Amino acid sequence: MQTHPSSESLPPLVSSLVAPLPKPPMEALLSTLTRRLVARRPDLIRRLGDVVRVPIAIVPDDLPHAFLLSLDPDNSRVRICDKSRIGDARAIVRAPFLALLGLLDGTYDGDALFFSRDLRIEGRTEHVLALRNTLEEADLTPGEFFGLSGQSADWVNTISDKLLGQVRAFAQKSAHADCSRQKLS
Amino acid sequence: MRSTEAKQMELVCPAGTPAALRAAAEAGADAIYCGLANETNARNFPGLNFSPEELADGVAFAHRKGSKVLVAINTFARAGDVDLWREAVDTAAQSGADAVIAADLAVLDHAASNHPDLRLHLSVQAAANTPEAIRFYADTFGVKRVVLPRVLSVPEIAALNKEINVETEVFVFGGLCVMTEGRCSLSSYATGKSPNLTGVCSPPEHVDYTEDADGRLLARLGGFTIDSFEAGQAAGYPTLCKGQFTAEGKTGYLFEDPVSLNAFELLGELSKAGVTALKIEGRQRGKAYIAGVVGAFRKAVDSLSDGGDPGPAIGALKAFSEGGRQTAGSYKKTWR
Ligand code: SF4
Repeated sequence: MQTHPSSESLPPLVSSLVAPLPKPPMEALLSTLTRRLVARRPDLIRRLGDVVRVPIAIVPDDLPHAFLLSLDPDNSRVRICDKSRIGDARAIVRAPFLALLGLLDGTYDGDALFFSRDLRIEGRTEHVLALRNTLEEADLTPGEFFGLSGQSADWVNTISDKLLGQVRAFAQKSAHADCSRQKLS
Repeated sequence: MRSTEAKQMELVCPAGTPAALRAAAEAGADAIYCGLANETNARNFPGLNFSPEELADGVAFAHRKGSKVLVAINTFARAGDVDLWREAVDTAAQSGADAVIAADLAVLDHAASNHPDLRLHLSVQAAANTPEAIRFYADTFGVKRVVLPRVLSVPEIAALNKEINVETEVFVFGGLCVMTEGRCSLSSYATGKSPNLTGVCSPPEHVDYTEDADGRLLARLGGFTIDSFEAGQAAGYPTLCKGQFTAEGKTGYLFEDPVSLNAFELLGELSKAGVTALKIEGRQRGKAYIAGVVGAFRKAVDSLSDGGDPGPAIGALKAFSEGGRQTAGSYKKTWR
């Protein structure tokens, strides 16, 4: 059920912790997992249509970096770049990180996030729509993304569900505390 | 003349992808409507819809779950290029779908002549809202159900049902198309594409959003700025009917505000008016919408007979609505 994700921004401390992490290993891991997913699900590339090989920037509001995603039958890539260096993206999607994750796993509806202004789109709207609809069809659970199946996938999905639930609750709590502090000051 | 004796109304739910179809079936849809990935259906958006194989698999899945599948082939065939629409009907029939939803005379004729066992529903795109028009479609093509445009009040629907011998289906939730559908040229005017011919109102390649330094969102369609939303203000779809216009020195919403339909409070009256099926709009929406809206309306329809309380589930649907607001639309016609 859709809740309001604007209260789910990660606290600034998370951004400070993530900022110094090295980008190349994360890029390599995300690119490999994306390539494997595309190889397992050729229907997703068909569904993407004209958006194949089109770079789209995914920009979490509450993290220091942007993800530049380009899906391709043979050479899908995820690049991690500074938010100021997403120049070659044909479309940009901005939202809090947890809202973006919720879009991936089907917790949130993209149009509802757009209505509530949690999600913002710049550039070619049709590319964002094609990507969004393709990801909807991908039914992307963490297990599926890691290429697991059967019991191990169930196990990873249950753990991630629990973990994400806790992170969401924590983000809501700290947003609430922030709000109360602002009211008092 | 149809009996107006209250029967459990059928819940007809949208699916833009196989994943959404599965979500709708799991959430308790009696029937699921979907379309093929081309111009033959009025939700021809990038990344949406079904290949023939996906449709056949979807029908098999839905049938296992006890849901029917209705295939929307509801745009108007292009003169000189009717084969795409004929093939779509043949594909739907081969997939084992339970009905085709069509508007165009050529499409209806092809289906009635070549697939006499395939049930035909008249799409809202045909804009049939008089007994004479509906009887014509029923007598000529054997149409069994008509989807009514979102411009009739409940008493008007009740009066119509007394004069016709086919089932009626009405929209109860989702995006509002405020014109008599099938007769709106606003999108064609701004972009050259229309829901009736190319299957898209406000085609995304003509939509552009920009946010200024103050967080104000400007929505453009075909180069025209059609609305703006202040920072933090809930936004709506980039449809011209819900844009702001300036006339006689005043600027405001001329046809309709950014708002979505929610006719939950009228379900009992719609049932008494002889309505057979309730339609949820939103083939362009995600699984979260499908699961939330279908689940809530499943409870609402069941509550008419089991007395359950669907209130909280229905209340939670506001977040899915355009502009964060809801209306009972023409069903109540309070502005008259
Ligand atoms: S512009 Fe509005 S009334 Fe016209 S087809 Fe689109 S949604 Fe319907």
